Amino acid sequence: MAEGWFRKRFRPNEIAQQIGVAGDTLWEKCPKCGEIQYSAELLKNLKVCKKCAFHYRLLATERLEMLADNPDEFERWDENLVTINPLEFPQYLEKLDSHRQKTGLSEAVLTGKTEIGGITTAIGITDPYFKMGTMNSVVGERLALCAERASALDIPLIFVSGSGGGARMEEGILSLMQMAKTAAAIGRYRRNTRRICICVLTDPSMGGTLASWASLGDLIFAEPAAMIGFAGQRVSAQVQSAKPPPGYQTSEFQLEHGQVDAVIHRRDLKDSIVNALQWAA
Amino acid sequence: MGRLKPGEKQPMLKNALDFERPIADLDQQILDLQGHMENPGLREWCEEHNQDYAAEIAKLKKGLAELQRARKRLVDEVFSNLSPWEKTQVARHKDRPHTLDYVREFCDDFLELHGDRVYSDDPAIVGGIARIGDHRVMVIGHEKGRDLKEKVRRNYGSAKPEGYHKAVRLCKLAERFGRPVVTFVDTSAADSSIGSEERGISAAIAWAMEEMAMLKTPIIIVVVGEGGSGGAIGIGVGDRILMLEHSVYSVIPPEGCANILWRDGSRAAEAADALKITAQDALRLGCVDEVIPEAFGGAHRNVQETARSVQEAVTRHLDDLVTVPIDTLLEQRYDKFRRMGRWDVEPE
Repeated sequence: MAEGWFRKRFRPNEIAQQIGVAGDTLWEKCPKCGEIQYSAELLKNLKVCKKCAFHYRLLATERLEMLADNPDEFERWDENLVTINPLEFPQYLEKLDSHRQKTGLSEAVLTGKTEIGGITTAIGITDPYFKMGTMNSVVGERLALCAERASALDIPLIFVSGSGGGARMEEGILSLMQMAKTAAAIGRYRRNTRRICICVLTDPSMGGTLASWASLGDLIFAEPAAMIGFAGQRVSAQVQSAKPPPGYQTSEFQLEHGQVDAVIHRRDLKDSIVNALQWAA
Repeated sequence: MGRLKPGEKQPMLKNALDFERPIADLDQQILDLQGHMENPGLREWCEEHNQDYAAEIAKLKKGLAELQRARKRLVDEVFSNLSPWEKTQVARHKDRPHTLDYVREFCDDFLELHGDRVYSDDPAIVGGIARIGDHRVMVIGHEKGRDLKEKVRRNYGSAKPEGYHKAVRLCKLAERFGRPVVTFVDTSAADSSIGSEERGISAAIAWAMEEMAMLKTPIIIVVVGEGGSGGAIGIGVGDRILMLEHSVYSVIPPEGCANILWRDGSRAAEAADALKITAQDALRLGCVDEVIPEAFGGAHRNVQETARSVQEAVTRHLDDLVTVPIDTLLEQRYDKFRRMGRWDVEPE
């Protein structure tokens, strides 16, 4: 019956590799527990499975809607920075088009200014559906500019990571250098202001992203069961003989090992952010 | 070796790469010929066979000179046209000098300092106080190790969180006493073991970059071998970034890139081309300031000569940086990284 529709969208047991944007179809089948829900209902529930609390990945625009008091008043920054192909990497720009269509973004990050809990805040959100949220020249530049504008405006800074691939290989060393650039930008923000910087790690937050800006917040929050870690399991499997423990590189694993301040259900995320913003204001 | 004195023996390369084989073969011939000339039996043989010994030696000498000229031509030909993948292999060469070789060659009064003061000492990153000419500096660098036992002990130069924590500790120490920091980058990647993940390898690299970006003392980075992604840039933020001629700097190893692109790690050479990983590429892309020439035929053929050119470059930049007021230095360092990357700006 309706099963055929979402079968095309989700192959069971591929939680880490959702191929479409959740909620596009009438129905969604939870990739974790198999529960079938109306998409409308799922959306109302912030794209969290009502049965098993699986957190679906969000588009950056959806994340913004969830966090901003009034998404319509969002002031978008640096949309005019456009990706080029500096290494002339084969088929790089051609492949970006589908990501643009899927996400409605020009690049893997959305930055700007909005009110959260009545507090004017700079925000940067990387989109897991856009090239896995990987960081290239434009992403690094927008994040750095976001931190600099936040500093100039003397307002808090929130970075939400949905970056599964770290630095984007198609821009080679230029992507790599964005790690240093964003780290320097946050370093300067934290030294020049007394405003708080909060990083929210969502599924997935890996590699060069986690090894730069996503780890440099004053506070680091994570959504439940997000994949968070340095080297992808395929890479580390080649390096090590030991089998990773169950739950390796999840939010809960990182919480247990002291790498995040709190694991917070999506339903409570905005309240927790507002709480922290008010505490630091 | 650069220039051989008459009679000096050609050193043999034990670990020749595939494309170095023809050079190694010539080396062997030269070595054989030299052995033959020095053989005391040669004089006896000449006397027995009524040959003129001096003429025989002269003939051999001529042959030797020819071989050496041929060798020079060959080395020149091979090393002036290295592909990115060949450069990667040279950067990983078993005989390539590492951090401690450079320290031994041109750092005086080196005192190694160990440990992160929290958990352990990571031998994949070494560091200590030292003197380079008139400059008292803090030296920090990846160390891959030489023999197998040492390589295992040093985890092949793949640093754990403790390595980056140690590097930050030493940077802070240098800052406190106004001593410049010189780092040598040479790692395939940061350690990705379960233990490193548990102890926060990502955060360790992120912190190290932030601290180095803000450190109130000059920092010079020298990429001497492999600049492997996050593992490299974790001690790679500074006022000057220099790269040896045949070193590489990449966001991902070519094998890994080939795996992702074509599910075929053996197409690493193609991936190396696409990734633009050579020192010359990095210079062109504005990510490094200077490419330091290596000894003729690569650093591994003449450690002393290569070390001298590294020393010259480092000293020159140190002389320059110590005169810059610290606020200006920090502004310039920040701007340096802010400018990195390439994009277009559309009119709004």
